[in-house]
Amino acid sequence: MNQPAESLMEYQDRDGAEMLRVRDLHAFYGESHILHGVDFDVKRGELVTLLGRNGAGRSTTLKAIMNMVGRRTGSIMINGTETLGMPAHRIPRLGIGYCPEERGIFASLDVEENLLLPPTVRSGGMSIDEIYEMFPNLYERRRSQGTRLSGGEQQMLAMARILRTGARLLLLDEITEGLAPVIVQALGQVLVKLKERGMTIVLVEQNFRFAAPLADRHFVMDHGLIVEEISAAELPSKREHLHTLLGV
Amino acid sequence: MSATQTLTPSMKRQRRADMRRNVFYLVLIGIGLVAPFVAYPVFLMKVLCFALFACAFNLLLGYAGLLSFGHAAFLATGGYVTGYLLSSHPALTPELGILAGTLAAVALGAVFGALSIRRQGIYFAMVTLALAQLVFFVYVQSPFTGGEDGLHGVPRGDLFGVISLRSNLAMYYFVFAIFLFGFAIIQRAVHSPYGQVLKAIRENEPRAVSLGYNVDAYKWVAFVLSAGLAGLAGSTKTVVFQLASLTDAHWHMSGEVILMTLLGGVGTLFGPVVGAGIVVSLQHLLAQSPLGNWVGPILGVIFVICVLSFRSGIVGEILKSYRKNFK
Amino acid sequence: MTMIFGVPLAVFMGQLLLGLINGAFYALLSLGLAVIFGLLKIVNFAHGAMYMLGAFATLLGMRYLGINYWAALLLAPLVVGLFGMLLERTMLRRIAHLDHLYGLLLTFGLALIFEGTLVNFFGVSGARYPTPEALQGGFQTGFMFLPTYRAWVLVAAIVVCFFTWYMIERTRLGAYLRAGTENPALMQAFGVNVPLLITLTYGFGVALAAFAGVLAAPLYPVSPTMGSNLLIVVFAVVVIGGMGSILGAVLTGLGMGLIEGLTKVYYPEAANTVIFLVMILVLLTRPAGLFGKEA
Repeated sequence: MNQPAESLMEYQDRDGAEMLRVRDLHAFYGESHILHGVDFDVKRGELVTLLGRNGAGRSTTLKAIMNMVGRRTGSIMINGTETLGMPAHRIPRLGIGYCPEERGIFASLDVEENLLLPPTVRSGGMSIDEIYEMFPNLYERRRSQGTRLSGGEQQMLAMARILRTGARLLLLDEITEGLAPVIVQALGQVLVKLKERGMTIVLVEQNFRFAAPLADRHFVMDHGLIVEEISAAELPSKREHLHTLLGV
Repeated sequence: MSATQTLTPSMKRQRRADMRRNVFYLVLIGIGLVAPFVAYPVFLMKVLCFALFACAFNLLLGYAGLLSFGHAAFLATGGYVTGYLLSSHPALTPELGILAGTLAAVALGAVFGALSIRRQGIYFAMVTLALAQLVFFVYVQSPFTGGEDGLHGVPRGDLFGVISLRSNLAMYYFVFAIFLFGFAIIQRAVHSPYGQVLKAIRENEPRAVSLGYNVDAYKWVAFVLSAGLAGLAGSTKTVVFQLASLTDAHWHMSGEVILMTLLGGVGTLFGPVVGAGIVVSLQHLLAQSPLGNWVGPILGVIFVICVLSFRSGIVGEILKSYRKNFK
Repeated sequence: MTMIFGVPLAVFMGQLLLGLINGAFYALLSLGLAVIFGLLKIVNFAHGAMYMLGAFATLLGMRYLGINYWAALLLAPLVVGLFGMLLERTMLRRIAHLDHLYGLLLTFGLALIFEGTLVNFFGVSGARYPTPEALQGGFQTGFMFLPTYRAWVLVAAIVVCFFTWYMIERTRLGAYLRAGTENPALMQAFGVNVPLLITLTYGFGVALAAFAGVLAAPLYPVSPTMGSNLLIVVFAVVVIGGMGSILGAVLTGLGMGLIEGLTKVYYPEAANTVIFLVMILVLLTRPAGLFGKEA
């Protein structure tokens, strides 16, 4: 049944192809209108950031892509497939891994159960051994209750578990929030490795200094809209402007 | 300087609304006064007793957000205590019998309220149901309730020792007065500052706590008031029908009062009255039809329909469309 | 003859066994309630009706289709489970986004419909279901006569409870269930079909009730009202134990059965109220319940 879609995906699974295309995306939580027509694209193998102040709509954009908000209009194409009418549980099956801002570690599961929880969505994910190699702390604590880990370890776990699933597009929400500098640094190295593996990453970040050296492009959001797109090459000349936009 | 000159537009609107409401109440009281000449008084009294019962229940669910699944216990307690006292003490006047029954329900409500408000939401419903079942078993076994047979032939007696209640018309006006008394208490409670706090607790309990309100005390008072009025309804019903039986204590009765309130409109003052009227009429009509045995399942179907697609209830829907079209 | 506080040992043990068997039913039913509550957050008031339907499926299956007890043990939970799934799909799902009290009210209405309908066809007196041949008779232990069927009920209930515990605590599907209980939205974002998981969970929970119904058929009169009265006691058991833990539900169920049995020995008048009294005691001392996580 899924044969044509699969082959289409394989065909487009090369550098430079469009991984994600968002057009005129509006999102609503009950009565409140949060996104007001978001437009952006992400190419395969790219790492882009969504920057902006609190409440600009960055996290909501990721949630809207995952169909986790109340109502959405517009268009979200993932690997050439329109997902707006798709039920929430089908969207990750297109090869998406989502890491929520609050990390979402399950208290009733131990570390390894947390790690093994998300179903495999595509072949080619990291094996559990590779993951333990990348995150040795998790191996040591694999029998602990998920929420007994430190904040940094929980963040590692939240990232690690979506790497196992074979997802090729990662949506990461505020992964450095509240973590010690040394752990932030380690996370930066993980992102570099993932990029080398050809992952496409959308990073919602508050910590611009963390994101700047990693990203190919930056999208600045304000009031539920993308207000500026800055490529890595333009960054040095636009740094001042960006700081004004972000209010830092 | 006359008072009207100092009124702001919003005060004027409020005053107009109050006046409309008062006229509405007066019309209803007028209808209540002539009703026994149009309809069968015993039937009307049954409706009024259940309407009061449902209003009492609604005070708890609609204004405090607490779903009690055990209100039959209070109805039955009022009924049994009144029935027992009037039967065993012929000198006792009916109003004192009803007062005693109501006080017994208040006492029971005080105890059950203190126990059940320790748990919230779904647990509250289960606790009240279990407590009411305990009461049911106690009444099955106690000698004073007549067990499975119940209490029969409770004398109606003479009101204040003067007015004989043997005539259904006299009885009706007494019941109507009791209903108005109970309804007025609920109306006052809901519109008082106390009622406002209760609504605030229902909407957002943590905020009410952080504002320094003793939330549990407010809920407990609502519970006791509701239990007392349910007991008043039960006591009155016993005097009217000269009967107190286990039917009133059964969990089906707790379910019926929920249905009446839901059907009429949770959290509306008149909803429970309308709901009680419909459910009692329906039972009355079905009992005489070939569908007599199907009352239970039919009530179940109405229940399901109400929950699935008619959650505002009749009065709730009317108010909604009124607000949409006239304001 | 050995006496325990003035009661002959055989009588004492007999009542204890009866209590334990009642407890097995409490355990099975409160377990199903807890499983359903975990994911759906509703208290299934139709649980007693599902137990009753399980017993009726057994009785009618034998009467009209010639299905024997052993087949019923499998088929009745299956049929009732599928029926439950249908109810979840068509009704419970539509109110899932509302206050969970509506779920309680809806299932209460359903219980009224099932119970009332069957009362019209079968009356309230109840019918007998024969004990399966292989489980007739009993054996003499050192101090009392143990009917085989009762021993079987106890063993079967405990095995099913353990199986359920294992499924939930030790398998991948169980991990989905536990995680879905905590954060269903995130499970969807991982690609788990949570609506389907909810349907299956409800089906499984009511199938447990139906299984208890099959076990009960040869033991108690099969009547339309057999479920509702039991359910209220089970509610008290759930308040005592709390719905947070699977083992908690099972242990509380068995324990309450024992307490009820003991009460029958020493103060029979209070036998059907003792569980409610324990509930009051627990509310006074440990408002969250013995195993409860909820305050």
